[in-house]
Formats: sequence, structure tokens, C-alpha cells
Amino acid sequence: MIRIDCPFCGLRDHSEFTYEGDATVQYPALDAPMEDWYEAVFLRENPRGPHREFWRHVGGCGSFLEVVRDTVTHEITEVKLAHPGMAAATGKAAAKTTEKATGGSE
Amino acid sequence: MSGFRLSRGGRIDRAKRLAFEWDGSQHYGYQGDTLASALLANGERILGRSFKYHRPRGVMSAGVEESGALVHLWRGARRIPNAKATQVELIQGLEAFGQNAWPNVRIDVGAVNSLMGRFFGAGFYYKTFMGVLGRQTWEWMFFEKIIRRAAGMGSASKEPDPDHYEIVNDHCDVAVIGSGPAGLAAAETAAQAGLDVVLIEQDFALGGSLLSNVADTVEGDTVEDWQAGRLAGLSSKGGRVWNRTTAFGLYDHGVVGCLERVTDHMVDPHHAIPRERMRILRARRVIMATGALERPIAFGDNDRPGVMLGHAVRTYAERFGVAAGRRIVYAACNDEAYDDAASVAEKGLEVTLLDPREVVPDHLAAMADEAGVRLLKGYVPVEAHGRRGVTGLMIGRHLGGGKARSEREIGCDTIAVSGGWNPAVHLLSHRGVRPVWSDRHLAFLPGDAGREPIHVAGSAAGVPDTEGAALSGRAVAEAALRALGKGGAKSRKAPAACPAGETQPIYEVRVKAPKLKSFVDPQNDVTADDVRLAEREGYVSVEHLKRYTTLGMSTDQGKIGNVIGMALMAEATGKTIPETGTTTFRPPYTPISMGAVAGTERGTHWRPTRRTPMHAAHEKLGGKFVDAGAWKRSWYYPKTGENLTTASMREARIVRDTVGMVDVSTLGKIQVQGPDAAEFLNRVYSNAFAKLPVGKARYGLMLRVDGVVFDDGTTWRLSETEFFMTTTTANAGPVMLHLANLLQTWWPDLRVHISSVSDHWGGVAVAGPKARDVLMDAFEGIDFADQAFPFMGVREGMLKVAGGGTVPARVARLSFSGERAWEVFCPADYCPAMWETLLRKVQAAGGVPYGLEALDILRVEKGHVTARELDGRTTATDCALGGMESKKKSYIGSVLKEREHLTRRDRPTLVGLRPVTEGEQMKAGSILCAQGEVVGDGLGWVSSIADSPVMGERIGLGFVRGGLTQWDGKTILAESPVDGKSVEVKVVSPHFFDPDGGRMHG
Repeated sequence: MIRIDCPFCGLRDHSEFTYEGDATVQYPALDAPMEDWYEAVFLRENPRGPHREFWRHVGGCGSFLEVVRDTVTHEITEVKLAHPGMAAATGKAAAKTTEKATGGSE
Repeated sequence: MSGFRLSRGGRIDRAKRLAFEWDGSQHYGYQGDTLASALLANGERILGRSFKYHRPRGVMSAGVEESGALVHLWRGARRIPNAKATQVELIQGLEAFGQNAWPNVRIDVGAVNSLMGRFFGAGFYYKTFMGVLGRQTWEWMFFEKIIRRAAGMGSASKEPDPDHYEIVNDHCDVAVIGSGPAGLAAAETAAQAGLDVVLIEQDFALGGSLLSNVADTVEGDTVEDWQAGRLAGLSSKGGRVWNRTTAFGLYDHGVVGCLERVTDHMVDPHHAIPRERMRILRARRVIMATGALERPIAFGDNDRPGVMLGHAVRTYAERFGVAAGRRIVYAACNDEAYDDAASVAEKGLEVTLLDPREVVPDHLAAMADEAGVRLLKGYVPVEAHGRRGVTGLMIGRHLGGGKARSEREIGCDTIAVSGGWNPAVHLLSHRGVRPVWSDRHLAFLPGDAGREPIHVAGSAAGVPDTEGAALSGRAVAEAALRALGKGGAKSRKAPAACPAGETQPIYEVRVKAPKLKSFVDPQNDVTADDVRLAEREGYVSVEHLKRYTTLGMSTDQGKIGNVIGMALMAEATGKTIPETGTTTFRPPYTPISMGAVAGTERGTHWRPTRRTPMHAAHEKLGGKFVDAGAWKRSWYYPKTGENLTTASMREARIVRDTVGMVDVSTLGKIQVQGPDAAEFLNRVYSNAFAKLPVGKARYGLMLRVDGVVFDDGTTWRLSETEFFMTTTTANAGPVMLHLANLLQTWWPDLRVHISSVSDHWGGVAVAGPKARDVLMDAFEGIDFADQAFPFMGVREGMLKVAGGGTVPARVARLSFSGERAWEVFCPADYCPAMWETLLRKVQAAGGVPYGLEALDILRVEKGHVTARELDGRTTATDCALGGMESKKKSYIGSVLKEREHLTRRDRPTLVGLRPVTEGEQMKAGSILCAQGEVVGDGLGWVSSIADSPVMGERIGLGFVRGGLTQWDGKTILAESPVDGKSVEVKVVSPHFFDPDGGRMHG
């Protein structure tokens, strides 16, 4: 059972999440040519090692997370919110907490 | 009769005598006994029959590796098969039985199998019954049934399990597995450093090897004081001790699967207490102090009752005060066995020790001499004598490498075998860490755990002596502390793996003659010859060896025979053991019951039951329900004498004649809000939504990215920035996921928020020519006049509840039935009031409530599609909905729906179907074929059927290649693949009733 550190909810079990696919796929514009859509929808890499993928915290906050997971060892080296605005917001929040914790001299 | 209770000693409470039953006769044991120790003390020898040959078997070990004493416990629904008697804690009134034998284990008719042993070698079944006799599948299946009955283990009860189980989630900093010297030292060290520690022990007693008195002192204290001190140091810091708990598996990210046997040792447990508890423990670090398992040596008839593991004989004497026999021969090839032999001899038993070496180190010879052990140097065991229990042992001069020359028989009743020690690396193997062969230990040691949060201590790490193990436990606990950022100032270095003495590489003893039946894995009746046979037939990989011979399968999982099997394969192929490979141990370490895996998720608790807010009202009306996913949907409301067909046809007819109402609460409901909500929906739906006016609803069709239809429903515009979307019942979850995915990962720039409100709103549809009359005066603030509330209009207002008061409601003029109809939604808690209020009005107008079945009839008559048609394979054009799709915009699926195969003209498309002969009934799922061409998957299929009151016959919807264009008015066959019957049907427009829609618009 792998465990994922959700930026909102903390470290939670795999059973709270659903796998939502390859996060390296760039979906094209809605009016992009057929070849681009074909590539995005049907062609997938199957890497051995670190893989960037989406997981949804369906049994928690509902967020889509971007997770870097090693497909061999299940080691997870990065977790952030998939929504860039949310990722930036939570990232900043985390940085603030750290400042406080280290008791910034100003 | 050979075993007996020693007059003193043992960690048993001789004041507490326990009566128990073995195969129908009463026996006695003591508190602290296992079933195996009590049976041995009572002189019972034959406790089981082997898997294939039905050979008599007795107790072979004192622990989880038991391969002989596999028994049934209890009777009836509580019967437990394949229980290892060595692990069963003795309680007052325990009932145990021999298994896999008839009439009993002592006289077993099935033993004739062993006379034909030479036919039953590895692969015999397959070669004979598949290769020679079973050329037909049915022949193989016939023989297989007989074979399965003749071979096998215990049988489970077929009654439902009367006990209950639970699953508990837990956390800790450090999980220590095993409570021997290494585990106790590790647990205390970690707890004293302020960490949350759990100490897990599979046995009911703590202490591991200390229970067998392997040492007099530990770290300068007596064993008792030392053990008490460590436990006090653990508990004073809040550390938890879980005995009777097996850590059966290690999983990703430090998760430990634990099974606690909660009530099996209680005579009369309270029914509220679960029999077993699965503990899913999330540990930040795991310390494996799992010890080591002794392995036997293969020699002739080494499975006879009375042949046991050497250390087990000591354990019975020291821990249980039981002598396995009076005349014991230790047949050993390692130095550690000397201590075991000496310990047993000191109990006053006659002990002989065979050492294959001609020259034995002085200190060992002195130890044997001092304890009164007769030492025979240069000897190995050749063949055990005594069919129903050991009466003697043929010994032979060791010629080297396990080869021997038979010399003479010595009398004995017990043969204590020791072929060396295998560290219990199983749990680490669960994590994919391969064990590494050590030539010094002649065993596999744990491999480098790499990035796994796992440490190994004590004899599991190849540090078997008690002092070393304790030190190893402390050092490893300090390593765990460092890994958790709690590194102390000084920390010890773990002692290097070092065997306690020398082990000779003897895995099997062979003589020129006679041919010996030497068991490698007694539980699975795998012999040394079977391993060589597998090699000759090309099954040289360890994994193939296992599957071909069943070596290491079943409840044993390679604990007994794995290393011997590999050694013999290595010899046969001329390789070394590490070159031959290692097998991968998989969870569970020891068997766990299925009940514990299921926990409380059984019966109706397997998944939630979803009821609509109006469920009780349907029940009150005598309504029947049908399962739709987790939902209980109202199906039909039968009057006396009616069945599904007659009731639903009556309901459907009344809707067409007057009015009816139906619960539509199961539809998925999603609130879509935000400045970009309209733009978002315009991209999601294939038809235009950007310009939908406030106060209007629109039917929407959603495609998957690959262009196939995903879902349909209506979406209501409540304001410029707020929409109320409905989805089909089945796709409520998937649509929500789809939208969330798009907003979070595709188009994060869109300012849209979605929330699932499926459970917050319940709804009914009121349909029929009199629907307006019913609703006219029901609301405050909603005018139901045609001009004021046109088709597809949306209004919000207050429903006047029968008896006074109002509740908020959302109303839209929509029609799935084809009649003039409205859908009314209100907050779930008010739904019973809404149902009651509207039902009174409907009934006053001569109408009825209707269920899912009538709803289906009404929509089939109109040619409206459901999931039967939108089945994940069809395009909008296939379903005659292609005209709805916008050509002016791009949307999800708009590019890939133009793929060549999705736009072919010969794709099956939606048609209506009517029987040619009056009264004939086609079946849903039938294959549509041209007449005279009933082949393959034909030209299409029947997707839905309905017994239509307005058409007076069974009608259907289906898909046919070429569709209406090619088939309109023509006859085709609906062939049922289930019963082979076919019905001639005419292809017609799918709009059977009121094709121009006058009734719903008017």
C-alpha cells in the first residue's frame, strides 16, 4: 500500500486515492489537428523508474495531485497540487510556515 | 507411545490442567501448552496424513514451519482446516481432529497411494491425465476431480462463518517484529529514545528463543530479569506489545500487515469481541527481529512420526516440559546442535549425536561428554525405520558431500535433525529485496534493504548468539533513530553477521543402495528424486522447480524445504546455490483467514446501500425496488394480482392517459458555478451552451476525448454564473471526475467551481396530459401557463406542502416520457413532504406513481436513449443524435469523433423494431441478422425492449448496419444467442409514439 502526502490533507493511504493517468501528456487545443489528439489520447510511454502522474484524493479533498512515483520501487519523490494556481498558493503557505518555524530574525 | 511429560520444568502452569479432545478421546494438558506439546506429552505420534501419499506424520517442529501436525479444529461452521498444532494455544475444551484421512489418521485407507509412490512423482498428474488419457478436455476435468479428492489437505466448512472480524488502522514510529533478544533490545532502545514503538510477537508468549532457555544470562542479567527489564523500559514509555499477532506482510512505505488472534485462546469469549483483528500498521521504520528457522536434512523416510527438528526437541523439553521420546538421536551437521543435544540429555534422556566430521572441535566433544551425550563421529543418518513411528535409525559412515555407506541400525524413538539455520528473511523478500547467500552460514542472509525503511537484527541478520542478537537489536534501533532524525550522541555499530559455529554442507544423505525416499518438503510430499526429475525434464529455474514439483507451496511457503531443494538443483545442474537463485517469498508469512481480510465488509456491508430520500414512501405504497449500482430504485407498484409486466404497463398507460409521477432522485446532480461556467460547459458538451438563456434548460450530450458518447442529461441555467447539471444515474461519479480533471489539469485558468449535489437534491418527474393541472396551484411564485412556462423552461419557487408551510424547489419543463412533464427538485430532507404533496394531487387527478420499468417503456416508445444505447461504443450519429452536435465550435471529442472508423457509413445505427407476427417477443441482447444469414455478430443488436401499451406489442430499439436508410420497413431476424430462438422483426423509426412531439410541447 503506497502512501501519498497530500498537500492539503497530509500523509494518507493509497486507498483514498485514484490513479488518474500520465501527467506528462500535454492535451492539445480543442481544435488541434487529428494527429495531435491521436498522440495525446492513444500513445503512452511505459517508463521504468520515476514517472510523473496524476492521483486524485477522492477520499479526501478531491484534489488532483501531480506525483512523481518510481514505477519499480513505488518511491514517491514529489507531490504537488495539479492546479498550478493552487500549487503556487500551497507552496507559498508552506514556505511561510517554515519561516515561522525557524524564527526569522526580523 | 514415546513422548511424555517430564516431571518438572517448562514454562507451563502445572496447577492449571486443561482437558481437550483429540479425535474423539479426552486428553489433558496444561496452561502454556500448545496443542502439539500436549499431544506429544500424551504420547500421540500420528497426527496427520501427507498430501499425496497419505503417509503418517507427526509433530516435526515447534513453530510456524510445522509440516506434519496439520489438524482440524472445532466442528461445524467453526471448523478450521490445516491448523498447525504447534501454533495452537491449548485451551480447556479444545476439539482437534486428524484431517486428510479416512477413517482416521492412524488407519487411513488412502495410504494405498503410497504403494504407488513411484507413479506419483512430479508432474505425474499432468503427464498421465492430460497427456495419455486426457486428450479431451472433459477427460481431464473428470480425472482431475478424482485426483483432487485423493490428494489434498483439510477441508473448510461450507457454512457461513459464525464469527466476526475487524480491521483496525494504526500508526507507530517503529514496529519491531519478533520478541526474542534482538526484538526486546531494539524495542526498548527505540522507546527509551521517545519513539512510539509497537512490539509484535506471533506467539502467545514473549521471548522467542529465550523461551527455550538458549542462554542463562543476557547482558549480565538472568534471562527473566533481563526480559522483564526490557519490557518495563518499553511500557514505561508507552510502547505497545502485541502478542498473538503475526506480522504477515510488509508493504510499500512501511506498512505492516498484522493479524491478531483475539479470542482463539478464550474458552467463552463475549460475542461482541471479534475472533481476529487485522491491524494495518503504518510504521515509519520497521525492525525485523524475526529469528531463524532450522532446516532438516533429507535422508531415507525422514518424514516418519518421531523425526523432528533438533531445536524443536529442545524447545519441547525446555519450554513445555515434554520429552519427545526416551531415546533420541541427534543427526546434525552444525555446531549449534551440540547445545540442543546437551540440553535434552540433561533432562535425563538418552541422547546420541551423529556428527559427519571425523574430527570434532575439542570444546564440542567436551560439551557432549559433560552432558552425557554419546557422540558418534563420522556418521550421518541413512534411513529411519518404523512405519508408524520411529523405532530405529540406519546410520552410515560419511564418505563426504552427503554420500554414505550404510553401517548399522541404532535403536531410538526420536530422530532430532539439524541441517543448519535459515534466517527468516521472508518479510524483507515481500519488499522485493533478494536475500544473499552466505558461505559461512550456508544460508541466505537478508540483502541490502536499500531505501526501504527496514532494518534487520539478531539471527534474522545472521547474528544468532544471544548476546550478539541483543547488541544487534540495540544497534539497529539506533540506526532507525538516526533515520528518523533522532540520532543520539553515541551509537553502537551492529555486530557483523557471524554464524554461531560451523555448518557442514550436507543437504541430503545418499547411499548406493537401497533407494531412499527422502523428503525435501514433507508438507507437499516432494522428495529429493522429484527435484532431480524436474531437473532432467528441464525445470531448472527455481521458479519452475516450485511450480512443477509444488516444492514450498501451500501453508509452508518454502520454510522447510527451500534451501535443500535449491542445493539439490544446484548439484544436479553443476552450479552453486547462489547461481541457482532464490525464490521470492510472498505475503502472507503464515496463513491468514479470509474472514480477517474481509473484516466487517461482508453481506450488506460489502458496499453501501443507497436509498433515495423518498424510499420510505415507495415502501409504504407497496413498491418494489430494483438494484441499480448501489441504488435501490423504485421499480413498480403492483396491485393485487399484478406482476412486473402488468403493473408497469398499467402505470405507463395511465401516464399517457392522465398523469403519473416518478422518483428521479438517483440522477447525478452537479452545481457548476463561476464567471466561466458557460464557457466551460460549451467546451464539455457537444452542443452549444454558451448562449443558453437564464431560466432555460438544455439537453446536453457529452463525449469522451476519443469521440465516443460519454453521458447525457439536462443542464439548467439558474443565473449568469450558475448551472444545475444532471447526469445519468450510473455516470454521476465519472462525470464529476471528468469535470474535476478538466478544471484542475486541463483548463486551470477557467474560473469555475463544481460541487456534487446528488445527495442534496431529490426529485420527481410529473408527466402526463394532466401534469399541468396537478402542478398549477402547487407552488408559490411559479406560473405553469404555457406561455409563462414554455418547454425547457426553468423556474425556482416554493412548493406549498400539504398541511401547511413551503419548501424551496427547482422546476424545469422537461420530458423523458414524451408527455407534457416537469421535473421538480427540492432539498433532500424535504423530499418526503414533496412526494406526499404531489402524490395527493396526482391521485386526485386520477394518476399514479410509476417506477423505473414504466419509465423505460415510455422512453422506448419515444426512441429516447439510455445507457443501453450509450454503451461506450456508440457515437452520437450512431444514436441518431448527430444533428445535435455543434459544427461551429470545438469541444471535447470533436476531433477524434471524426476518425475513419467512427464515421463509416456502415456503422450500426439506431432503429426501432416491431414484431412481424403479432404477439412475438424479441429479447434484449438479441443479435440482428439478415434472414438466412445467422452468422457471427450479424448486422447489429437489440439494445432495449418494452411491452408497450400504446403500440399493443413488444417493441424494441436496436442498432443495425446501414440503419434506417438501408433497412426502413424491411424484415430482419432478432436471434437470441441464449436460447437460439429467433423472432422476425420489422425495422422502423425509433420514434414509435407521437413522433413530432406535439404532446410534450403542447
